[in-house]
Amino acid sequence: MNPDLQGREFPPTTPYLVGREKVREFARAVFATSPLYFDPAAASAAGYSDVVAPPTFAVVVQEQTLAQLLAAPDADIDFSRVVHGEQRFSYSRPIVAGDELTAVLTVSSVKSLGAHSMVTAESSITDAAGAHVVTAISTLVVRGEE
Amino acid sequence: MTTPTGAASTGAELTVGDLVAEKSYHLTRDSLVRYAGASGDFNAIHYRDDVATSVGLDGVLAHGMLTMGIAVQPVVEWLGDRGSVVDYQVRFTKPVFVDATEGATVSVLAKVGVVDDDGARIDLTVTFNGATVLGKAQVRIALASR
Repeated sequence: MNPDLQGREFPPTTPYLVGREKVREFARAVFATSPLYFDPAAASAAGYSDVVAPPTFAVVVQEQTLAQLLAAPDADIDFSRVVHGEQRFSYSRPIVAGDELTAVLTVSSVKSLGAHSMVTAESSITDAAGAHVVTAISTLVVRGEE
Repeated sequence: MTTPTGAASTGAELTVGDLVAEKSYHLTRDSLVRYAGASGDFNAIHYRDDVATSVGLDGVLAHGMLTMGIAVQPVVEWLGDRGSVVDYQVRFTKPVFVDATEGATVSVLAKVGVVDDDGARIDLTVTFNGATVLGKAQVRIALASR
């Protein structure tokens, strides 16, 4: 893949509106049981404006930025050879239903390890007021030709 | 509110090495399809054996992000509304193969790794078929001020 990608910042994604039913659907899919994810009254009692999204929900928003990266004409990434190596989420606050989230992707590093390459993609996700909510960091391994 | 036996209401009551949660989850192909829909990750290696084997895998495997999403849930349940997850990271070290008829069982063990002024770090041991599938699986929690 193209080492010149390192340091590149992509344009902000289209705002993603977090829906209550989407949060519930995602929570069920990760076997979650916390009432904060399902019940607006429980979330409200804990100080949130609506149901809270599980910690890995940010991947839904981050996905848009990874699509930008894979689609970059000069990226030279063969999707069928991409393996997810590492993932991290660093939160300023939990995501709640009603949030309108925008992500900006920065390619923080591109490394070669023999035939393989490793790209670290950092997506900074902010709310409608421009305040930071979470940064999602993925390390993808692109396997070289055998 | 009630807290599970051994669970603490403040960071000061947590001790490094304490087991905070232990839980097993049974995944089936249905779980993978459900997660695909909820997350938007429709990579066919997560529901089609022919596609999985064509790229050199032993069969259909769980989304790494599904394993990551499930593995944090015992911590979330233990934490309740006493705090939130502020940082969560994993390395994907081994695939979780989900047999079409047998499914797959993923086990999670959550222990206190670090206690400090900001809260605590909970370390996860996540296994499938006796092998660890997530490396450096760490959950940073911040406790709500009361």
